[in-house]
Amino acid sequence: MSFELETAPATAQNLRRVAIDPVSRVEGHGKVTILLDDQHRVHQVRLHIVEFRGFERFIQGRPYWEVPVMVQRLCGICPVSHHLAASKALDLVVGVDKLTPTAEKLRRLMHYGQILQSHALNFFHLSSPDLLFGFDAEVGKRNIIGVAEAHPDIAKKGILLRKFGQEVIRVTAGKRVHGTGSVPGGVNRSLTREERDLLLKDIYQMVAWSRDAVNIIKQLHQQNPALYDHFGTFRSNFMGLVAPDGSLDLYHGALRARDADGKILFDQVDYQTYNQLITEEVKPWSYMKFPFLNLLGPEEGWYKVGPLARVQNCDSIPTPFAEHERKELVAYAGHKPLHATLAYHWARMIEMLFAAETIKDLLHDDDLEGHDLMAPAGERRREGVGVIEAPRGTLFHHYQVADNDLVTMANLIVSTTNNNQAMNTAVREVAKQYLDGREITEGLLNHIEVAIRAFDPCLSCATHALGQMPLEVSLVDAEGTVIDRVCRDQGGVQHLS
Amino acid sequence: MTAPVLVFAWGNPSRGDDALGPRFAEAIEALALPGVECLTDFQLQVEHALDLKGRQRVLFVDASLSASTPFQVSPVQPARDASFTSHAMSPAAVLQTYRDVEGESPPPAWQLAIRGEAWELGAEPSTQALAHLAAALRWAEEWLATETIA
Repeated sequence: MSFELETAPATAQNLRRVAIDPVSRVEGHGKVTILLDDQHRVHQVRLHIVEFRGFERFIQGRPYWEVPVMVQRLCGICPVSHHLAASKALDLVVGVDKLTPTAEKLRRLMHYGQILQSHALNFFHLSSPDLLFGFDAEVGKRNIIGVAEAHPDIAKKGILLRKFGQEVIRVTAGKRVHGTGSVPGGVNRSLTREERDLLLKDIYQMVAWSRDAVNIIKQLHQQNPALYDHFGTFRSNFMGLVAPDGSLDLYHGALRARDADGKILFDQVDYQTYNQLITEEVKPWSYMKFPFLNLLGPEEGWYKVGPLARVQNCDSIPTPFAEHERKELVAYAGHKPLHATLAYHWARMIEMLFAAETIKDLLHDDDLEGHDLMAPAGERRREGVGVIEAPRGTLFHHYQVADNDLVTMANLIVSTTNNNQAMNTAVREVAKQYLDGREITEGLLNHIEVAIRAFDPCLSCATHALGQMPLEVSLVDAEGTVIDRVCRDQGGVQHLS
Repeated sequence: MTAPVLVFAWGNPSRGDDALGPRFAEAIEALALPGVECLTDFQLQVEHALDLKGRQRVLFVDASLSASTPFQVSPVQPARDASFTSHAMSPAAVLQTYRDVEGESPPPAWQLAIRGEAWELGAEPSTQALAHLAAALRWAEEWLATETIA
């Protein structure tokens, strides 16, 4: 697991630079730079994350009870994951080690609603245009509107799956956005019978559509294994939470990691000790850190998280349809870890099915209408770590709180940071496979973006303003002179020089 | 029953002038105007196409770095534009999605872009931006009270 193509060799001369800035159809801002020589040979590829780094300081000095609501403003795509990870960390600060059954089930319902809507967004909205039309298809077609036009049934299912997930969040969190449902020590509302019935009315359809979605991506894999098995494929360790029995649990568990061959590196490790397991390495060319497992060191210890890691890290999935699909994926891979980057989509749809089935089971549980919402506060602690399997992977929230209730330290390792090295490696593999020695075209550059989108990175932006999201590709010679610029924005694609 | 007029505003309330959209929606909601529903979110997303169903007219509201001062109003038509990043779906693209998935024309829609200046995390909206918001609200009260738009 080397860092090939991370830095161009000093002997390479007269390189020109291609930048994809920002990467489109990911959440937030990312940039890819590629150094090429005169023969279009690739010498260096880097995914840079233009990530805002001020949120941890923003939290410091605030009362701890504000934090679960405040952290939702990190991002518009996964606010619930931050809401719940912060709540879990602060449960410990208020001395609560075990929630009431009603509180835990409501939080689980909220979380699986988030998984459902987020996975539906990634697959149907962001990635299916590439998968259904091809990576080189006309750029104007490669979007959800193109899918809606060509496959209206698929587009509508995607929208309604996402809408359903948002409804689950609304009824559990109290509001469509910036909900306050989860608080340190429990929740502040339960479901009414009407709310349960509202969701129960549609959940069987959601399970059926999730099964359809798994079939779509499974068939794409099986029909074109040459592409799906090899596109951006690389070997790595993988890590995530598992339940005490080794099954998949996205809300709570202990840490397990495996090596690239599937051998367990550690298992059932309490995540309160995460900073003894993981170190975040800083590299001078990126704002985002590069975490690695201390056990293996920075060269060998980087890992991937998220759907493909989780579905292969667990021993089973506790819902029947998703477990059936997990077994099919494992069999397809020959009972060895599947490292194909595009298999993230397959695993993501298995998880979406798992989320839909879990929501269905929870909705039949009368505890959701219970009134025992808060666990009794125990002995106050000054520190807590909360970890959750967010849609994109393992999410760490760590807080220290002073006796005056103000947060003195906050450390967040978001899923996309955990996948930083893995995403960089994926784009280098794609650059080697598809770009090396060829004239660069928009379609070829989209191959790079396809690899990044497979990880569904969430780059924590959440700021937007009209007309601020163009994609600009610049060709720059060794002297820094711009040879060509192509701009893709809301007005379409145009050559600027 | 679905309210005939939808005000859909978006933005991050914790990022300075990006809060103009949500603040606009809060102010309109506080007026409790009959037949007007206000919705907010961080950004326009694909499922918001479904919020347009059954409306007679729609007003999209966001902060903007490029709008005229203090605000700019323009009609929006469905369009297959290139705004398909996950956090920058345009009102035109949402209208087009509605047309594609519902098989009918979306309701008439306008975009209100309120001029903002700074998007700092943790900052309050600037004094200048709040003045722009106040002007936009004065315009909107009249617009919302008008039954037929020319």
